[in-house]
Amino acid sequence: MTDIQVTSPVRDGVGASAPRPDGTLKVTGEFAYASDLWMDGMLHGATLRSPHPRARILSVDLTGALKLPGVEAVLTHEDVPGAKLYGVDHADQPVLAIDQVRYQGEPIAVVAADHPETARRACALIRVVYEVLEPLTDPRRAALDPSYEKVHAGGNVVRHQPIRVGSVFEADVVVTGEYEVGMQDQAFLGPESGLAVPAEDGGVDLYVATQWLHVDQDQIAPCLGLPPEKVRLTLAGVGGAFGAREDLSMQIHACLLALHTGKPVRIVYGREESFFGHVHRHPALMRYEHGATRDGRLVYVKGEIILDGGAYASSTPAVVGNAASLGVGPYSVPNISLDAYGVYTNNPPCGAMRGFGAVQACFGYESQLDRLAEACGLDPVEVRIRNAISEGSRIATGQIVDMPAPLTSMLEQVRDLPLPEGVSTDLRDLPGGVANSTHGEGIVRGVGYGIGIKNICYSEGFDDFSTARVRLEVIGEEAAVLVHTAAAEVGQGLVTLKAQIARTELGVPNVTIAPADTQVGSAGSSSASRQSYVTGGAVKTACEAVRERLLELAAKKLSHDGLALSGGKIVSVSGIVVASVAEVLGDDVIEETREYRHRATAPMDQLTGQGDAHTQFAFCVHRAVVDVDVELGLVKVVELAAVQDVGKILNPIALEGQIHGGTAQGLGLALMEEIQVAGGLIRNPSFTDYLIPTILDMPPMRLEILENPDPHAPYGLRGAGEPPTLSSTPAIVAAVRAATGKSLMRIPVRPEHITGT
Amino acid sequence: MRVTFTVNGSQQTVDDVWEGESLLYVLRERCGLPGSKNACEQGECGSCTVYLDGSPVCACLVAAGQAEGRTVRTVEGLSDTGLDPVQEAFLDAGAVQCGFCTPGLIVQAHDLLERVPDPEDAEIREALAGNLCRCTGYEKILDAVRLAAARRTAK
Repeated sequence: MTDIQVTSPVRDGVGASAPRPDGTLKVTGEFAYASDLWMDGMLHGATLRSPHPRARILSVDLTGALKLPGVEAVLTHEDVPGAKLYGVDHADQPVLAIDQVRYQGEPIAVVAADHPETARRACALIRVVYEVLEPLTDPRRAALDPSYEKVHAGGNVVRHQPIRVGSVFEADVVVTGEYEVGMQDQAFLGPESGLAVPAEDGGVDLYVATQWLHVDQDQIAPCLGLPPEKVRLTLAGVGGAFGAREDLSMQIHACLLALHTGKPVRIVYGREESFFGHVHRHPALMRYEHGATRDGRLVYVKGEIILDGGAYASSTPAVVGNAASLGVGPYSVPNISLDAYGVYTNNPPCGAMRGFGAVQACFGYESQLDRLAEACGLDPVEVRIRNAISEGSRIATGQIVDMPAPLTSMLEQVRDLPLPEGVSTDLRDLPGGVANSTHGEGIVRGVGYGIGIKNICYSEGFDDFSTARVRLEVIGEEAAVLVHTAAAEVGQGLVTLKAQIARTELGVPNVTIAPADTQVGSAGSSSASRQSYVTGGAVKTACEAVRERLLELAAKKLSHDGLALSGGKIVSVSGIVVASVAEVLGDDVIEETREYRHRATAPMDQLTGQGDAHTQFAFCVHRAVVDVDVELGLVKVVELAAVQDVGKILNPIALEGQIHGGTAQGLGLALMEEIQVAGGLIRNPSFTDYLIPTILDMPPMRLEILENPDPHAPYGLRGAGEPPTLSSTPAIVAAVRAATGKSLMRIPVRPEHITGT
Repeated sequence: MRVTFTVNGSQQTVDDVWEGESLLYVLRERCGLPGSKNACEQGECGSCTVYLDGSPVCACLVAAGQAEGRTVRTVEGLSDTGLDPVQEAFLDAGAVQCGFCTPGLIVQAHDLLERVPDPEDAEIREALAGNLCRCTGYEKILDAVRLAAARRTAK
């Protein structure tokens, strides 16, 4: 292997704000999202869902639906030809309900018809007789009370992960708190959608918006009773994901209807259905006790984190793993006794959302650090600096942080940034805005800080890899590269980055990104901030293999030793250009496929939680400045400043977009976003009642981005999408506490929590 | 029912429209214009924003029959040649991630700059307050509108 540093910078390579290859299509409205797909003669699918969170199904009568003109199929669990259950981690979820329902919105039957309204009306004509049961909705009892009824026969605890370190649980200063995190929704804008097309070989082609094509294929094929090669997936345009597309939604249903009718079937959820059609962020109940010396150095942490996974397992096991292993935050703690539980209830199923497990814990431990600062008479930044881990420290699992962890300087940097000007006199900048609820009276400013630690890539021994196929050939007398992976572009800009990497590694400006599909090996999920690392690594590795073959070819054709690739040219040892890539290639085509794995991780010990469970850690710190109308309980976030270490900036504009967007979702969790559930029923399944931040809610965001490379990662990069989602939430809540003096133990903070009314 | 209206400069007659269909549905499913997006279909997200007789509206809140005889301009019809400066600025500023909100935001921002060529930040925020974006946190969208305004006034 020739070790080559490409010295001559290629335009739009790694490090540049290269333009998105899908950008022009997206601004002109021509980009084909999953809900835009259309075929002649296609049918429209609709889903009948349970109105009850827990019930026995006594009978299902399809007669009325089947009689409705335009209806071509009405299917129940009896029509599922293969496995009846599926799941991203445990196969515990019925494709269509069998004799019982465990959450409100559980699919019972699916319909295909000639118009979406016909399909919906047919659903309304299906007669289901239920025996309604009292839903099991108390996650604490599900975790800790063995006498509580069971949602699934195997028991209510999906995973319990303890952390046990040391034995000293006494200290001079002790602070305690009980915290609660509400159920957040990913609220991507592109609804769950896909088009299933029956194929002549008896299989099906599915065009779908998802985060991981191959894990969808792995779940769909057994339920259809088909071998995987007969269930071919192609990524359709994805309108955001944020974890909500890790689990299946309409995939199996559309395939079933397509295979049953012999016609293409499209399913597009509406917004209300979307709130029932995907998993949410786990709500959490947390108890923390932090013991420290009088000068604010942590002696111990005791903790209990109960995560409500709802009716099915989804990714609850991994969420528990993150909450436990990162449960004390980026702090050195010599003694830890912490228990994280993920449980079944009859509440809506919860699974992946940006930063999962780590987000919930971060609100808890950061709130505790502020309490400790107050108890010790320290500044909140100072107490964090006194306890922060650094390179070489151990986290709660005993794993040594063997990469830069410059938390102290990050905290100092964010603290020392200039503060925004004082309270504005412009109505539009005040809490309540043009609602004209204050002209400045009752407004108090607060400043708060938050810092988080997130594991990047899949953890706990998972075989986490990606595959890339790179093809180099001459097209129209110019060298051209085709990069093919199955990695899901969900908006984050991976398509841009893959092309940047190919340009950098091969020096060829002309790079095309093939559509993502299952005709190439798995790329793993667009989750866990992992695609730049793992699929980026796969593209880099495949390009290196192509480069090696190109140089072999050049040596053979040019009868010249010691050739290298530089700036897109074949050069001699002395740096003289001897040929272009196109001249060397001629009619030859070089294609290489490579898998890339990050270094292996290990499971956590079941009793102590010890183990090198993670491959990389990423950090972001936020400072929030808020103005609070303490009389009305309204909050205006004035500014959010962030310092994040990304190892290496691969695309500045895309990176900033990730940090901005993650910060915004953290603001939403702090102040407004909650799926309100009562008795297992969702009370606000709409954008009228589930509020996400608008452009009026978001403040200016100041970013300071650091590049301390991780020696283990491609280009030294660090995953970047999730860390800002952790730290913005506790920073904002701390700022609101600073303004109001209220304890604010629950997020999202509601006006009545501030006013006490 | 039959609906006849002008869309992006050409007259369209659409047959077999069910009375319950929205203008958004007709554009997307019957006119081959899926650029206007279906994120909420309840008037909360702005992703389906189109011009109706020159005013920006949520196409999901307009019944198909209400479009009879009227003029609709969608994101697909903003520019006859190349990209409109607003579209260009969204690309250059990095305001596009998943892009599902983008068509609606571009139409809404286009309307703002037609009315207010050099808007203050507060005016941009007010004008775009009905358009939800889940990816960007809006910072790059503000950049894009500022950039488009600067380029338009420089011309």
